[in-house]
Parts: sequence; structure tokens; C-alpha cells
Amino acid sequence: MGFLDIDNTTKSYGAVEVLHKVDISVVEGEFLVLVGPSGCGKSTLLNMIAGLEEITSGEIRIKDRVMNGVHPSKRNIAMVFQSYALYPNMSVAQNITFGLEMHGTPKAERDKALKEVAALLQIDHLLDRKPGQLSGGQRQRVAMGRALVRNPDVFLFDEPLSNLDAKLRVDMRTEIKKLHQTLKTTVVYVTHDQIEAMTLSTRIAVMFDGYVQQLGTPKEIYDTPENVFVATFMGSPAMNVIPVRVAVEGGVPQAIITDSEGQEVSLAIPQPNLAAWDGRNILLGIRPEALTDPKGADTDSRHIVAMHNRVGVTEPAGADTFVTMTLGGKDVIARMRADAHVAAGEMFEFAVNMEKAVAFDPKTEARIKP
Amino acid sequence: MAIATQDNAASVGRIGRTFVYLVLLLFALFYLIPFAIMLINSVKPLGEITGGNMIALPQDWTIAPWLSAWSTAQIGVEPTGLKPYFWNSIRMVVPAVVICTIIGALNGYILTKWRFRGDTIVFGLMLFSCFIPFQIVLIPMARVLGILGISGTSAGLVLVHVVYGIGFATLYYRNYYAAFPTELVRAAQIDGAGFFQIFYRILLPSSGPITVVCVIWLFTNIWNDFLFGASFASGDAAPMTVALNNLVNSSTGVREYNVHFAGAILAALPTLLVYIVAGRFFVRGLMAGSVKG
Repeated sequence: MGFLDIDNTTKSYGAVEVLHKVDISVVEGEFLVLVGPSGCGKSTLLNMIAGLEEITSGEIRIKDRVMNGVHPSKRNIAMVFQSYALYPNMSVAQNITFGLEMHGTPKAERDKALKEVAALLQIDHLLDRKPGQLSGGQRQRVAMGRALVRNPDVFLFDEPLSNLDAKLRVDMRTEIKKLHQTLKTTVVYVTHDQIEAMTLSTRIAVMFDGYVQQLGTPKEIYDTPENVFVATFMGSPAMNVIPVRVAVEGGVPQAIITDSEGQEVSLAIPQPNLAAWDGRNILLGIRPEALTDPKGADTDSRHIVAMHNRVGVTEPAGADTFVTMTLGGKDVIARMRADAHVAAGEMFEFAVNMEKAVAFDPKTEARIKP
Repeated sequence: MAIATQDNAASVGRIGRTFVYLVLLLFALFYLIPFAIMLINSVKPLGEITGGNMIALPQDWTIAPWLSAWSTAQIGVEPTGLKPYFWNSIRMVVPAVVICTIIGALNGYILTKWRFRGDTIVFGLMLFSCFIPFQIVLIPMARVLGILGISGTSAGLVLVHVVYGIGFATLYYRNYYAAFPTELVRAAQIDGAGFFQIFYRILLPSSGPITVVCVIWLFTNIWNDFLFGASFASGDAAPMTVALNNLVNSSTGVREYNVHFAGAILAALPTLLVYIVAGRFFVRGLMAGSVKG
């Protein structure tokens, strides 16, 4: 029993099922991020938690109270919308206290709550303005204030940062995280931005096509993705997924890869169970940072394998230099130290951290678990 | 937007602009001439008009025609002036406009924010009602008014105009609210506002421009209606337009053109007033929804 239970919940529009048996249990104080590309059903799920969309089958419970059919205002939740949804005709103060007013809270209490929230979000000086007179970041704060003032059981965020410019987005992200650490309220947060998901969450549900592809901590999701979709969706640049052949040599499974020169290279994979795949093809997932110059390789890893390959394109990005090359017939990205001496067109010695490599079944695209 | 217009204006040049203004002025004059003639002749003694001097300014200024048109002129058989009929029209227009606007706003709200199965069909049918010619409904409407016992009364006319006005009012508000972000309604729902509270507190305060459009449109149409007035309310409950016709067409006595002119201006005055007061919002409201910001 969690604090917020999404129990075998489905959603259909007519004959079309858009959410398939979603099963998530959120404990109190958790920051759950629903992440996925647009159309994956994450916003629908959020709206179902909010009560803005009906639940076709299954149950949603908050604090063990079944929420099916309960009006949004009676679920003790608060929501921050992508467009902020501030009432344009009301002042900031009225916007924040509107919910309390509708719930019949006395004026004195409303004013007290307003003061606290305004102080917390540092919007005291804006209280008399109309939303139209505020900047994007200020509107964002007011929208959060409106949610905070209700003191809800669960906060719902629907892509709250996607309307902000890049710099402000990073600032507000930190601010939301700080706020969560102070208030320790349960949060369900929808985003399509995998970096937001990684940085904010205590747990992530990666969604695609109406299914929860994987539910886990950011580290689990990043290091041991359940399938190729999760592997490539989370992380930027995306994980390299290379078709390789497995060959067991001396009891150790090797990944046989064709390099840029057409030569076969073998990389030992520290996953003994892959011996069962001897002679067959698998997909090998290697994150760009596990494919780097020898000096930049992770010194803690006991499975660094050297490999020579021709450099295709170099992209210096300030903190890192990205190298694109051909490996296993695919474009592969490697992430080097900014100062690595690497030039386009030359052969270079890469260090591959095979400890971090993930194997996928090429048919089902699911991870081959050790 | 404003800057772009200035740029365009500047590029036309001095001569071009003079020409444009000249043409505009000419057309404005052309449109104002009939009204000016009416105004001039309404403050002239009848003798000056029948003497053949329609265009000239009056030699004796008088407001007697206005007073006569308002309170003593012969309308049909009674020498009441237009005054009682003016109030008839007010009694008809104000409730009809208010009822239509309220229902239209509610319809628009429901059709955009509380979607239900078949809502587009309902809206389509309401839209269709805008295009039903008045003549077609004359006889059925007479029957309905008879059954309801309100034929020949202002209440009857209010009903007729409400039935006709709802289609347009709904069209206006639906299109306006369609551009109104649904997230606001959802936020209000989560905040605990009910159906009418959302309408009253969130949507209505933002509906100024479209309300102006709707009111001007309905007011002008209903005030200027002659067919329904003549068909369903001749006699004591007749609206201004019917009374004006009776004033001008009364076959007894001398034709008092100056009184007729004054009467016609009186009949047109309320719509003119509505335009002057609210006209600048009119274009703004018509544009709302089509352009952002």
C-alpha cells in the first residue's frame, strides 16, 4: 500500500485503449516523474490522477481512498499546468487564494496562507499584479503558489517548465527540487525532457505507447534500462546500440564488432550469462561516456577494453568533445574529455568501459538480464 | 502591429496620403448627406420644406417637429406621438438582448468547455437557425404566440426575438470561448469551483469584447425589426419601427415632413447611441480569437 496507488489502471477512448494496465505505487514524499515522448499517455495518466479524465478500469487511490469518480476538488491534490493556467482577470493574490475561497476557507486564514506562500516563493511584491504583467518565471512561481497554498496530499505537475527559456528552466528545476526537499510532499511530475526526469525524480516511470516501459530510480533507469526504448530515450546523447555477434573464447563471452576499417574486433563482456548466446547476434548498448579516450576512462572500472577505430566527426561542446564514428555499421557517439587530442579522419585508441555495457535481445529488444 | 502600420503609412508619401484622406472624406460626406438633410429639415417649419427648400438651412429654427413627433403626432388613429412606442421598443429590446446574451454565453460555455456526445450537431443546428428566413416562421410563430396567449404583446415579441437571437449569440460566444484555454477551466475545477462559479468568475470577466459585439448585433437587429413587430404586435404594443411607419403613412391631413424626419431620427437614435458608446470595442471583439494577443 503506497501513498498514491495506481492500480491496474487503463484508459480507453471508445475502442482504443491508450493506457494499458498501469501499475505504480508511490510512497509518501516521493518525487515520481512520468517521462516519455508525446503521445505516450503520460499526461492522460496525470489527468486521471487529478480527476480531469475518467478511469476506464482499475483504481487510483490516494491515502487508501479510492478516487474513481471523485471530483478533482475533493481529492486534495493541486496541479501546475504547462500554460500555468492563471486566471487572467484576477490579481496574483486572488489567483493564489481562489482555491481556498472555493473551499470556504475564512478570509483571515486565506490571507495568512497567502503570506506564507508568497514569502516562500519570494513573490510578495507581485501580489497586486495581474498575470499579464508578469514574466514567464514569475507566472511559474504564481502557479506553484496556487498549488502550494492548498497544502495538498499530492502535487501534480504537467510539463511545468517547457514554456520557459533554457536558462530559466534550469533555475526553476533546481528551485522545484529545493522546494520538494523542504516540503517533502508527494509529487507526480510529467515531462518529456529526460534530463528533468533524471535530475528531479526519486523514481522515474518511462512511458511509451501507453505502457510503463520501466519504473525505477534514475540510476536503475540509466544503468540498467529494461529495453532498447528506455536505453535510447534516457540520456543525452542517446545510448549507442550496436549489433554484435557473441563468441565465447576461453569461457568469456566476447562481443564481435566490425570496426570502421571492416575488421572484426572482439570486446570481452563481463556478463557470463551471455555464453548462452554463443554464435548468435545481440544488441550491445554502450553509453557515450563509456566509450572514451584512455585518459578519460573510469579508473574504478575493471573492464576497460582498448579498441582502435577511425574518427568520423569531432564536436567540441565545451565540457566534452563528442566523436562520431562508424562501429558495427552504425553511427556511434563517443564522449571524450574536452582536451583529448583527437582529429577527424585519424585512427584513435578508444577505451571501452564494458562494465557499463548492456545487452539486448535483438528480437524482443528487452535487456538480457545477468 | 502598430509599428508596422506606421511604417506602411510613412511609405505611401505625402501626396498619396492626401489623396487617400480626400477620398475617405468624400465618402464620409456622401454617407452623412442623408442624415444631414434629415437633421436640417427636422428643425424647419413645414412651410419652408413645402416651399421647395429641402437643402437650405432653416430660416426659422424650431424644435416643434421634434416635440410633435415625440408626444403629439397622429400615429394611426391616436395623437400620442412616438413616445409610447419608443418605450414599447425598449421593453422589447432590453429583455430580448439580455436573455439572448445570457443564454448565448451559457451555450458557448457548454459547447466548448463541457463537451458532450453530439455537441457539434447541436451547435450546427443552432447555427442553422441563423439562416432561417423570417417569413417562413411567421405563421407557425403566430400560432405558438396564440397558444401561449401572448400574441400582440411585448412579451410575445421578446420571445420571437430571443428565439432568433440565440443562434447568433451562441455562435459568437462559442467561437470566442473556443479560443479560451481549457486549462483555466480545469485549474478552476481542481480549485473547487462549480459549473456556474467557473462561468461567472473565470469566463465572464474575460468576455467583455464578445459581449459588446453580441449586444450591438442583437440590439440593432431587434430594434430595427419591422416584420415581426408589424405581424405580431400592431396596435398598442407596436414597436418604434411600426409606429414610425404609421406616422409617415397616415393618410389624413397634411404630410408633416419635418415631423417625419424628426421621428425617423428618434427611431434611429438608440442604435446610433449604442454604436457610439460601444463601437470601438466592436471591431476588437470581432477580431478576438482570430488573432493572438
